[in-house]
Amino acid sequence: MKDLNEDQVARSANLKGMGCSRKRVEDARFTQGKGNYVDDVKLPGMLHGDFVRSPYAHARIKSIDTSKAMAVDGVIAVLTAADLAPLNLHWMPTLAGDKQMVLADGKVLFQGQEVAFVVAKDRFIAADAVELVEVDYEELPVIVNPFEALQSDVVLREDIADQKEGAHGPRKHHNHIFTWEAGEEAATNDVIDNAEVVATETMYYHRTHPCPLETCGSVASMDKVNGKLTVWGTFQAPHVVRTVASLLSGIEEHNIRVISPDIGGGFGNKVGVYPGYVCSIVASIVTGKPVKWIEDRMENLMSTAFARDYWMTGKIAATKDGKITGLHCHVTADHGAFDACADPTKFPAGFMNICTGSYDIPTAYLAVDGVYTNKAPGGVSYRCSFRVTEAVYFIERMIEVLAIELNMDAAELRRINFIKKDQFPYQSALGWEYDSGDYHTAWDKALKAVDYEGLRKEQAERVEAFKRGETRSLMGIGLSFFTEIVGAGPVKNCDILGMGMFDSCEIRIHPTGSAIARLGTISQGQGHATTFAQILASEIGLPADSITIEEGDTDTAPYGLGTYGSRSTPVAGAATALAGRKIRAKAQMIAAYLLEVHDDDLEWDIDRFVVKGAPERFKTMKEIAYAAYNQAIPGVEPGLEAVSYYDPPNMTYPFGAYVCVMDIDVDTGVQTIRRFYALDDCGTRINPMIIEGQVHGGLTEALAVALGQEIAYDDMGNVKTGTLMDFFLPTAWEVPNYETDHTVTPSPHHPIGAKGVGESPHVGGVPCFSNAVNDAFRAFGNRHTHMPHDHWRIWQTANKLGLHG
Amino acid sequence: MYAFDVTRPKTVAEAVAALAGDEAQALGGGQTLIPTLKQRLASPATLVSLTAIDEMKGVCADGGTLTIGGGTTHATVAAEASAYPALAALAANIGDPAVRSRGTIGGSLANNDPSACYPSAALASGATIVTNNREIAADDYFQGLFTTALNEGEIITAVKFPVPEKANYQKFVQPASRFSLVGVFVAKYADGVRVAVTGASENGVFRWTEAEAALSANFSADAVEGLTASADGLINDLHGDAEYRAHLIKVMTKRAVAAAK
Ligand SMILES: Cc1cc2nc3c(=O)[nH]c(=O)nc-3n(C[C@H](O)[C@H](O)[C@H](O)COP(=O)(O)OP(=O)(O)OC[C@H]3O[C@@H](n4cnc5c(N)ncnc54)[C@H](O)[C@@H]3O)c2cc1C
Repeated sequence: MKDLNEDQVARSANLKGMGCSRKRVEDARFTQGKGNYVDDVKLPGMLHGDFVRSPYAHARIKSIDTSKAMAVDGVIAVLTAADLAPLNLHWMPTLAGDKQMVLADGKVLFQGQEVAFVVAKDRFIAADAVELVEVDYEELPVIVNPFEALQSDVVLREDIADQKEGAHGPRKHHNHIFTWEAGEEAATNDVIDNAEVVATETMYYHRTHPCPLETCGSVASMDKVNGKLTVWGTFQAPHVVRTVASLLSGIEEHNIRVISPDIGGGFGNKVGVYPGYVCSIVASIVTGKPVKWIEDRMENLMSTAFARDYWMTGKIAATKDGKITGLHCHVTADHGAFDACADPTKFPAGFMNICTGSYDIPTAYLAVDGVYTNKAPGGVSYRCSFRVTEAVYFIERMIEVLAIELNMDAAELRRINFIKKDQFPYQSALGWEYDSGDYHTAWDKALKAVDYEGLRKEQAERVEAFKRGETRSLMGIGLSFFTEIVGAGPVKNCDILGMGMFDSCEIRIHPTGSAIARLGTISQGQGHATTFAQILASEIGLPADSITIEEGDTDTAPYGLGTYGSRSTPVAGAATALAGRKIRAKAQMIAAYLLEVHDDDLEWDIDRFVVKGAPERFKTMKEIAYAAYNQAIPGVEPGLEAVSYYDPPNMTYPFGAYVCVMDIDVDTGVQTIRRFYALDDCGTRINPMIIEGQVHGGLTEALAVALGQEIAYDDMGNVKTGTLMDFFLPTAWEVPNYETDHTVTPSPHHPIGAKGVGESPHVGGVPCFSNAVNDAFRAFGNRHTHMPHDHWRIWQTANKLGLHG
Repeated sequence: MYAFDVTRPKTVAEAVAALAGDEAQALGGGQTLIPTLKQRLASPATLVSLTAIDEMKGVCADGGTLTIGGGTTHATVAAEASAYPALAALAANIGDPAVRSRGTIGGSLANNDPSACYPSAALASGATIVTNNREIAADDYFQGLFTTALNEGEIITAVKFPVPEKANYQKFVQPASRFSLVGVFVAKYADGVRVAVTGASENGVFRWTEAEAALSANFSADAVEGLTASADGLINDLHGDAEYRAHLIKVMTKRAVAAAK
């Protein structure tokens, strides 16, 4: 790039385009309580819904008596499966090709399952009536362990007990859902059988929950006169909801308007379609009145969208000097009562086949068995692309275990095996084409920044001091190097319920040189209104402050697949840049017309077209915008608008290098994070400040998951972590100071080279925290301990290793 | 929540009268009671708010006794109980700023949550619980999980703490709730040492008498070294089993002794 002169620097700064740490335009309203969330939607005559939920994890429903509830003054309706059955809405399809009960049909399969829906004039009456619905249950044997489920005679899903074939191939057992495979099984086994060194480990990635600050909810309003249904809801993918609602209800799609207003955090929790949404819609259709349903925190934790719950067994083969030759991974995936995982249709285990990580592993095999249990359905991607956090945790733990097996430094083992810069685009053994990367540079930068050698020396000294009885504190050094796979995705292999995972942007330039752009995505706190305006500012030369970004209203926004899996920048961001380029192309024609020169005589200069060699002759975008409407080129239609639908040619592959330094108090199990260094490479950086914010947030959720956040069940299927008294949500109190850093390796196939960042820190952070805990005990013979590493579990590890004297 | 009425008396006498009403319940800072109401686990007909009663507020040090009004918030104790630094520090670490600005010592002691902080301070200090009609020694006051010597409608108007020579409270937090998983309050007086443990027992706050004896003879962390806290009757839950809690009682006691000022 040639150097800018002073005038150009000033004009460029005025745009607040890409690379600028522009302050988030959303925050004025969020910090002043002026956001507009679903629960803020209040309509005249609005009714309120509340669920009767199952106290049992597995029971037959012998009868439901709603008469006492119906007798309460102010109760309008009590819906049960029997009421929904004539509409064929007592069950609904899931995103994973299974079906799920909307209201319990004959039996319940998890604690907290929706049994009946009470609709009343206010929220209090609804809650009163819920207590009066009498359900007669007959308890059935409960299975909360997926391995037991695969052995048990107890049939969980009686509705499909005889089906030998599911949405993803053959079922091996009545509680089995699918087996999904990638790679070469025989070749991998062969490599492992003949390897010089093999490390084996089984690890449980526990069940957890995204727990956004705002719970799920919806307001449905059926206008019977005009035949229009409007639904406000906590939807990460409003267009998909519209299409599904149309298919389910038979209402034509143009008569349905779905609006995602401000969303108070999603993290995957708001991708799925929940019974509450369906019930509020049905209740509105039945009553002709708007019906609101808002979950409370306990309902959110117990019934909507868990994440993880993967039992992973790995075998990793290597030469004596540490070159990895093969990887074998088997997963037993606990999907709960219904397979409601939110993954692209052809990927029932998400992108788990990114589990070869950042390493050049020539031969690999992955098999995932999905299993039904008496737990809540879900399986969402909590702050990660589809199952990528599981994959990265798996490989980053396997690397550590292999390092122990080889008696080698884990940082060095990674370095030896990284995919090299000149190997990109890189074909992985499990079927992906990594777009770009420079892992060695990032790794060296990270290790140097933390003085890795110095840390190892200090750690060794600490171990000696501990052995001499001079300290009761150990030191863990957590390493992780991750490769994310985001931006789902190419329509050729990525779809949701048959809808290709493209995304879109529609831009309208106003005559005075400001603009509105609408996208098919929806921000849940990521700051789209800020960053997408910056992309456009750089593309079309109008200040970001003059560009409104609007999302979430299906009547106005172009069709898109929504926001999750870090797909907004890779897909909708690309659509935005390309729509901007269409605007610029027309602007160039208009400028040429106004300046009476040929199109090719003009060059783009930040915010204007300039006649080559005559810098005093130019037209600014502001002038061009006015002319587009009022001085249109004869024979060319007036206006300045563009639409772009972007089908990405490939995923993008952000990566990063993280180091965590942790002190562990052996006597109590308390860990203190002394230092956390995070280097992220997300390609071109649109807004460094927002990236930093995303990294902080993602790391904090990683800390949560690694160190304590868990949805735990007892043997009876009771949820033990149904409130924030037991479910760990970190606050400023637990969070360390993060050090952020970056390298920039643009995506070669993305119009602006951006790769997405929202989820990287979570994906890389979880194994980094976990590796630090495990590493602290390596000198005492520890190989692997399961997450979450809460104080008690860490203390137990120390106890088992005999460190309590 | 179920519907209820609220009254806001200005004196203890008025409050006592109001509490004599049908299904009336005292409301302190509401930091326990309001969440309970929200979950529909209680259904009082009338809430008698104690927050407007000035005679129940304030911290006063006088001749070796610190008296705290029953309606005094944790934040006020944290700021004003400088005569008893270990107690001020305890109050400063309850919940979060919102909880501390609303929650009261009277409410905490009346509630007697097995993992609350104040009960350990009251028991270790041999405090006196003053109500609208009597004085109750801490040793008689705590009677098990959420159970106290208070009668129906009785109000804690003040708590009198003898100020110790040295004291310290070690709170080991349960990671999710940040209540104490194990909290140990050690107080050293001229006539002996008292050690009270909260968070750990299925029976609520209790005194670790073995440690008291050892520390009364020799007030040092080493004195506790040879002891083992019994795991019998301790809580087993998601966040720690009885064995872990028993271990923490000893570790926290040693730390409290070492830190006592
Ligand atoms: C997020 C959160 C974190 C917390 N963390 C901690 C912690 O770390 N440690 C800790 O100890 N506590 C903690 N608490 C509890 C807090 O300290 C409460 O304030 C306290 O337990 C109850 O006091 P209150 O004034 O709010 O009482 P309320 O909630 O109003 O009442 C509690 C009970 O006491 C009765 N009552 C209230 N005042 C009196 C009185 N003067 N006389 C007789 N009866 C009365 C009420 O009728 C009710 O039964 C936490 C609470 C929250 C919400």
